[in-house]
Amino acid sequence: MFAYSLSELGAILAMQGFAGLILFSVFVLMALGLAIIFGQMGVINMAHGEFMILGAYVTYLMSNLFGGFLPALFGAYFFISTVFAFFASGALGIFVEWALIRHLYRRPLDTLLATWAVSLILQQVYRSVFGAREVGVTIPDWMMGSLPVTDLIEVPINGLCVMALALAVSLGVWLLLFRSTWGRQVRAIKQNRVMAAAVGINTEWTDRLTFGIGCGVAGMAGSAFTMIGSTGPTAGQLYIVDTFLVVVFGGAASLLGTVASALSISQAQSIMEFFLSGSMAKVLTLLLVVTILMLRPQGLFAVRLRK
Amino acid sequence: MPQRKDFRRPSGVSRRSVLAGGAALTSSLFAPGYLRAQDYPTSEVNTTGLAVTDETATVGILHSVTGTMAISETGSVQAEKLAIAQINALGGVLGRQLDYIQEDGASDWPTFAEKARKLLVNDRVPSVMGCWTSASRKAVLPVFEQYNGFLYYPTFYEGLEQSPNVIYMGQEATQQIIAGLDWVARTKGAETYYLLGSDYIWPRTSNKIARKHIENFLGQKVVGEEYYPLGHTQFNSVINKIRLRKPDVIYAIVVGGSNVAFYKQLKAAGIDMTSEDPVLLTISVTEDEIRGIGGENIEGAYACMKYFQSLENENNLAFVDAFKAMWGDDMVIGDVTQAAYLGPWLWKAAVEKAGSFDVDKVRAASPGIELTTAPEGYVRVHENHHLWSKTRVGRARTDGQYDVVFETADLVEPDPFPAGYQ
Repeated sequence: MFAYSLSELGAILAMQGFAGLILFSVFVLMALGLAIIFGQMGVINMAHGEFMILGAYVTYLMSNLFGGFLPALFGAYFFISTVFAFFASGALGIFVEWALIRHLYRRPLDTLLATWAVSLILQQVYRSVFGAREVGVTIPDWMMGSLPVTDLIEVPINGLCVMALALAVSLGVWLLLFRSTWGRQVRAIKQNRVMAAAVGINTEWTDRLTFGIGCGVAGMAGSAFTMIGSTGPTAGQLYIVDTFLVVVFGGAASLLGTVASALSISQAQSIMEFFLSGSMAKVLTLLLVVTILMLRPQGLFAVRLRK
Repeated sequence: MPQRKDFRRPSGVSRRSVLAGGAALTSSLFAPGYLRAQDYPTSEVNTTGLAVTDETATVGILHSVTGTMAISETGSVQAEKLAIAQINALGGVLGRQLDYIQEDGASDWPTFAEKARKLLVNDRVPSVMGCWTSASRKAVLPVFEQYNGFLYYPTFYEGLEQSPNVIYMGQEATQQIIAGLDWVARTKGAETYYLLGSDYIWPRTSNKIARKHIENFLGQKVVGEEYYPLGHTQFNSVINKIRLRKPDVIYAIVVGGSNVAFYKQLKAAGIDMTSEDPVLLTISVTEDEIRGIGGENIEGAYACMKYFQSLENENNLAFVDAFKAMWGDDMVIGDVTQAAYLGPWLWKAAVEKAGSFDVDKVRAASPGIELTTAPEGYVRVHENHHLWSKTRVGRARTDGQYDVVFETADLVEPDPFPAGYQ
């Protein structure tokens, strides 16, 4: 910690701050979908990671498709595949809700087991369809590389892309939840399901759509992560723990809480990672989160509900 | 760099004719004279009730084909099946066709132990080709020692083990590490090193050996050593540290999905491995892993292995052809896959030298067994059950293959308990 000169410390702060922002964006992308499903519906979706990886595989297919048939548009395929990833994961989500989740709404522990089973089934399906090995997703050239700011500070372009996407998705989710009819209905159901049904809200369909949108957002996250991580049948497992951590720490029902918790966890982790070793930073982050949750079990931001 | 071509072809068998059955390799001790089973009555070659009849001998294959490790172990299964098919095309072992029973360890270590027990107790297999991670090997080890099984283990690993019931076909740590570090110090003028790895026994033990070698034997400096949990996907912090410390060499032992994230982010952060500033040397990325990482993300990195698919010798050309003919043209073959391929051949050679399938006799016959026809070249089994083999350094190309830039002049002696490195 003391082996650096002043200018180097400045660069460290700048770079680590930026690394923290990238991590923050990654956390937000991972957690938003889960926050919708867990927060608004109370369903613990253990298959969240697999819905993300479906998005990643869609991106992989699109990269092959564009590489093979539309090389002229290859530079832009990434955005198109993000949209496709949303619809693919969303459609699968709606199907899973219809086939499985809706039968288990009042049994949270059973949903946990059922979605875990879905996660295992999906992993094996990916393995059978795409092979056990990780697939290589080709990223357009302009998205790789970095922008040199000073000779110490370089800004990775894919990090910027992830940040932009996180911002867009957060904005989209906020608009949907707080400015659309669907969002109003979801919030009404959350407050009082019977009353919402009585005033004519189709609660069944709204639940299904909510689950679908949550999964769709996961798919977009998965699509974005092909830029920075691996795409394989079990890659979803790499994200699931952090995802739950962020959502639970933020307060399950609050989107703002999710964002705040993503910010604090990511900054804490990236600062500690610099001065300690990677494993130690993770341990300390988890300890910190556990301690805070012991003192404040409802998470950072809790929505007050009349009990 | 061209390889020395000092490998002998099995005499009397043309490559084409054998390729039809998928075989181009045999033990030098027993050039294919097609041993006849009636010359080796079952009552004499199988005195311990193993799964060996007048016509067939049944071996076990024990790898994960489901779960996290399936990604790595699939290649080993394929290589072992290829070797078995080729051995059968050449007349089998002591005149008996090989059969196999395949069990799935499912990436779960207790399952490995349970399946190992099943193979040894119920199926009575005379040998097992299997395991991949050290954790799975440690889990089956007591089973193999209790029931006197015989395991051919393909993976390069951390060393510090030597069992009478295991033949270790991969490099133990010193075989993989020391020659590579010497090479990078000599040819790249490297003086400072940044050690990096996933947080479990193999990278930690390997980096410990690397650090001792760098500091005590090369007299150079380690400027950072760092571990990340398995499955970690965010490497921006360590990349920043590397940029500040400016090491000459990044020595990376990152594994699994983390690997992909690490190289993608390294490239995105503007650390250009093609300009060797700094040099990146890894012992955990084979051709298999590059498929997931993407050749363009790792171009220019150096890997220290004993085998690369691009090795140009006749054994290897035939092996690669046969492997692709059996499993498809898009297959790639990494270091461990090649090592797994040696298993059935080493076992065949040991059985035929012993004139028996009995485990005790095969064990006694194993040290000194040599293969002149291994794809990696010549290998020999050491008294300590590891293989003498060469160490090579390859440089990653965009197409996911390596250019071999260095190989040791002689075979490197395996030393699983290296003095001065503990």
